[in-house]
This record gives sequence, C-alpha cells and structure tokens, in this order.
Amino acid sequence: MIRAWLAHLAAVVVIAAACVQPGASPAGEGQPTAAAGVFPKEVAIGAVYPLTGALAPTGVDLKNGIDLAVELINSGRSDIDLPLLKDGGGLRNLGGAKLKVIFADSAGDPAKGQSETERLITSDKVAVMTGAFQSAVTATASQAAERLQVPFVNAESSSPTLVARDFKWFFRSTPDDSMFAENFFQFLDDAAKRFPGQVAKKVVILHTDDLFGSDVNKFVRQFAEKYTYEVVGSVGYKLTAPDLTSEIQRLKASAAPILIEASYLADATLAIRTLKQQDVNFQGVLAMDAGFVDTKFIPNVGKDAEYMLTREVWAKDLGTRKPIVKQVNDLFRSKYGTDMNGSSARAFTGIFVIADAINRARSIDPVKIQEALKQTNIPAPQIVMPWDGIQFDARGQNTKGRGIMVQIQGGEYVTVWPLELASKPLIWPMPEWTKR
Amino acid sequence: MEIVAQTVASGVLLGLILALSAAGLTLIWGVMDIVNFAHGDFLMLGMYASFFAWAVLGLDPLLALPGVVAALGLFGVVVYLGVIRPVLRGSVLAQIFATFGLGILLRGVAQFVFTADYRQIGDTMATGSFAVGPVHLGLPQTIAALGALIVSGLLFALLDRTTVGTALRATAEDRSAAELMGIDTRRMFALAWAVGAGCVGAAAGLLAIYFPIFPDVGAVFGLLAFVTVALGGFGSVGGAMLAGVLIGVVTSVAGLIFDPAYKFTVAYLLYLVVLVIRPQGLLGRA
Repeated sequence: MIRAWLAHLAAVVVIAAACVQPGASPAGEGQPTAAAGVFPKEVAIGAVYPLTGALAPTGVDLKNGIDLAVELINSGRSDIDLPLLKDGGGLRNLGGAKLKVIFADSAGDPAKGQSETERLITSDKVAVMTGAFQSAVTATASQAAERLQVPFVNAESSSPTLVARDFKWFFRSTPDDSMFAENFFQFLDDAAKRFPGQVAKKVVILHTDDLFGSDVNKFVRQFAEKYTYEVVGSVGYKLTAPDLTSEIQRLKASAAPILIEASYLADATLAIRTLKQQDVNFQGVLAMDAGFVDTKFIPNVGKDAEYMLTREVWAKDLGTRKPIVKQVNDLFRSKYGTDMNGSSARAFTGIFVIADAINRARSIDPVKIQEALKQTNIPAPQIVMPWDGIQFDARGQNTKGRGIMVQIQGGEYVTVWPLELASKPLIWPMPEWTKR
Repeated sequence: MEIVAQTVASGVLLGLILALSAAGLTLIWGVMDIVNFAHGDFLMLGMYASFFAWAVLGLDPLLALPGVVAALGLFGVVVYLGVIRPVLRGSVLAQIFATFGLGILLRGVAQFVFTADYRQIGDTMATGSFAVGPVHLGLPQTIAALGALIVSGLLFALLDRTTVGTALRATAEDRSAAELMGIDTRRMFALAWAVGAGCVGAAAGLLAIYFPIFPDVGAVFGLLAFVTVALGGFGSVGGAMLAGVLIGVVTSVAGLIFDPAYKFTVAYLLYLVVLVIRPQGLLGRA
C-alpha cells in the first residue's frame, strides 16, 4: 500500500518537474544550444564557389582568403586589429566555438550552385551560407538559402540586381557594379582635372555576354549619361570565343579614345594580345576588375599589361596607409606564396562579417544571425578594405563600400584613385603599342 | 573594307588550326567508326606538354613541336590499347561513354596535377606581329596556321602516297575486305589513333604559342572540332580542312556583322543548314 503511494508520489514529482523545467530556463532562450552555456564546439558555414572549371583559379583565391580568415578567428591574434581576434580564439560569446567552413563546388554552374547550397543547408546544417563569386550563381544559390531561411552573406558578387530582389536573408558586403560604374566616371572627371584636354568624353565598352558583363554594360551606359560621357558602342562576346579579332575590329571602328572592359582572365589575355597585334590604341583602358585583377593576370600578360587601369576593391599598396592590410597580406603571402587580391580580400572580409554576426547573435539560430547581420556595424579601421565600414541597408547592401582605381606600373598594381589614397601618380594617356 | 580584310584573314588563320585539330578526329572516325569525345582533352594535354617543355626545358614551342606530336601519338596508341580495344566488344553506347569518361578523367587529372591556373607561354620565336597592307597579322597565329597547313599536307601525303596510307584508307573503306587482302586492321586502328592523336598534338603545340593553357581549354576547341568534322563530312580529311576554314571565316565575319556574342550561333546555324541539305557533310561520302 505504502509502496504504491510512494510510486504515485514519485510519478507526480517527475511530471511536475518536467512541467516546471521549460519555465525555469531563462526567458526567451529557447534555442537548446544557448541554454546554460551549452554551445556547439563548431559552427558550420557553407561556402559554394567555382572550385573546378574555367573559373577554378579564382575559386582557389577565394578559398585561400576564407581559410586564412577562419584560421585567424579560430586561433586568435592579439596583434591584428580585426574583429574577434583579441578574444583568444573562436567565438567568445559562443564559449569559444570554432568556425568550420564546408566548401562545395559550383563548377561555375548556376544550377549546381543552387543544389549544392540546398545540400549544405539540409544535410550539413550550416548556420550561414556564403558564395558564390559569379553573380549568376550567387543569384540561384541565394534563392535556395532564402527559401530554406538561412542567411546568405555574399562578399564578392557585384551584380546590382542581386539586392533588388527584396530578399530577407541576403546580405552583401561588397559594393556593386553600379557603384563601381559610377567610380569610372568620377575617376575620368578627376583625371581630366589633372590632364586638361587629354581625357576624351567618348567611351566604347567590351564585355562578356553573361550577367556580369551585361550588367556592367548597362550601368556604364547609365552613368555615362549622368556624367555627360558618350558611349559610342558596346561589344559583347562569348566567354568561350577562341578568337576576338572581329570584336577588336569593332572597337577600332568605333574610334572611341577610351575603352571600358568587363572580362575574365583567358578572354582578357586574348583581347589584349589582339589589341597589340592589330595596333589598336586607347588613351586609357578601364577594366571592371575580374580577369584584370586575377593573380595570374600580370604574370600571363607580361609587359603588355602595363598602364592598364582596373577598378579594384583592394590593392596591396593600401598597406602603406592601413597597417592591417600589410599584416594580413604578409600572412597570406607566407601561407600561399602569392599576394592577396580583390577576390581573396573580399572573401576574407566576408568571413569576418559572418563571424561577427554569429558572435553577436550568441546562437546558431538562423533568425538570430539574420537579426545580428542587420545590426552589423564594423568600422573602417577593422577591415582590410578601403571602405568606410560595413553596415547593411534594408536591401542587405553594404552602404559604406567604395572602389578604387589601380594602374599596372612596373608589373605592380598601384592605387591611383581616389587621389587621397593614391600611392603613385596616374600615367595618362597610355603610350601607343608601337612606342613602348 | 580594311576591317573586313582583317577579319577574314584572322578567320582563315583560326580556321586552319581548327581544321588540323578536326583532321585528327575525323581520321579516327573514318578508320574505325568511333567518335573520340576526349578529343578536346587530348588537345589540352598537348598544350600542357608544350608549356612544360618551354617552362622546364626552356624549349621554344616550335622546336618542341615534333616531340609533342610524338608524345600525343604515343598517348593515342596507349588509349587505343588500354581503353578503346577492350570496349570495342561492348555496345556503341559503351564506346561513346568510354571516350566521354576518358575526357572527364583527363580534365580532372589535369586540374589535380597542373592546378587550375591559366598558363601562358611567354616570348617565343613567334612573338610579335606584321602588317600586310592594312591587315595586321599576329606572328604566332600566322605561324600556327602555316604549321597547320604543313602538317595537313604531310597527313594527305601519308594517306595518299604511301602503302600504309592506302592500307589505312582500305580499312576505312571496308574492314573485312581489307582483312582479306592481308591488312592487319588492328594495327591500322592503332595507327589511326597514333596519327589522329598526333594531329591533335600538332594543333596543340601550335595553339600553345599564343593561347592560354588551362584544364578546360579543350572545351573551347572540342565542340568546334566536332562541328567542323560533321560539317566537312565524317571521315573526310579534306572536308575537315574546308569546314575548318569556313567556320573560322564565318564566325569572324558574323562577329563583325552581328553582335559578336552571336558569332557561334551563326556558325552552328550554317552547320545545321548544311546537314539538312547534305546530311553526309560537305565532302562526306553519301
């Protein structure tokens, strides 16, 4: 009798305890990982990039940037003034949890980028996605993240259409091509002040016929009008073209003194070779980064790359004004044998944006990370970029980004614009091929 | 007018290279009815061979050319003995997938071993350009095109003027009859792969003078080679030459007339039209 009563009592106590338990935990901290200091040992981030295929060299640059960022965050560095590095390793607010980036290969294919993103989110349970370099792949990959409600932080795709989609889970730290296209004309205006009468107001555009190239064409045309420049022609071409003679002939026929170009590496190399062989000259060639800032661009093109201008988001010589740029680039160089470039520096920065948000979210709950991303406010001194900082607007676009113009002088990228960041003076116009 | 002349000239130069690479493909098809889908990747291997001969041994790509041709020819025989001969017993589909799979394998191995970096052979004997009237021609492209003409000439001579060539053509014509005449058709098959792959090697060695080299470079020329072969007529080396030049000129001129982004569309359209009217291709046997 007594034993039966005791058994009932025990059952009641157990049930009561079970009922009380949820209320006993701190209000609002329903996420199991956040309760009583139980944090995951690792926070998984998914990264989808073109690791094979035509864009694989850029994929390697991007991966190197990410790997270095993860290594720094996980081990901590008290001597480098980047976010989180003085916390002694890992994410402080998550009990020192380490970042782990799981890479997937898009092979440069939008469909594959999307399916790999789905796989990373559903099978590998990544807390945040990043990627995918090419705007066309970022477009589809971020669609998958939006549908599955996981934040997608893009650090290096510059198509303006990406933030015009009213996505709630998409954040982009890099400035976009519309900002960069505007930079071209601000640069030309400044160049005209410095070289009066030597900077023409007529441009011709050479671009790939994919999303990247078509957007560049569109925005250059748009800002040309605003800054009263005349676009006398646009020449689009296929990425796999084995010969660019007819394209270059059209540029020549346009008789425009300034060329604005949007190309990847192999096609940029081919275009320059053809320009030289056919003795087609311009006052200036202004490129929209991509192939022109690839680490293999100067080694492959050699002397013919001299005097080319490209807009950039990053240059090694920024280190003369920003010590952390030199610190990080020295690390990168000792690890991978090459200097950082715009791709690796932006991917590197993207990981800090993600880590900072997860740390402030104190959780790997996507909703909390999304909320934290909206509150992102990383000051200018704490990034290796020439930006005024990182802060996202309602579209998810960083409003504090800006580009720079670099010129290839003596086999190096030299910052020549904005003037206050220039490490050497601009050379204008570029000498004709036969006079070099 | 000057622009048209320039464009046509460049188109012809490109076309000759296309023709040489397609000649190798069409020869293998003609002799043994197998389409080598790894064709573009053979080209890629040949370009890397040229690159490393230049980067490691310091050999100018033109001097390295015979070596690259021999290496690719040998590779062709190895592929025939190791992959093609075993799958000949299988279905046609098995043969298609064998070369297709081989191509993907080669590309993957190339990326693993050579990395995905774009390589470029620096200054060579063939650097620079010259002008013929108003037309500027790149020395590398011109030498590559001349090389393509010479190698194609040698190929014609081999097929037309030698006993071995006659035996090859006999095998292509009628395998059983050739066997009855005492021709060892298996050796002819191996020879076709050696010569076919050697032609690709020649095209690769010539392209390497001026074109960037990377694991996927075969994709740029592979599809064009298939179109060239089909347009010229399967198995016809002369047809491949004609079609190569035609495609080179048509793409260049189309790039001038229409938006250059569509220049290949015009070439493929031409290809479809020709095949509808003449399914056997320009110089193919009906």
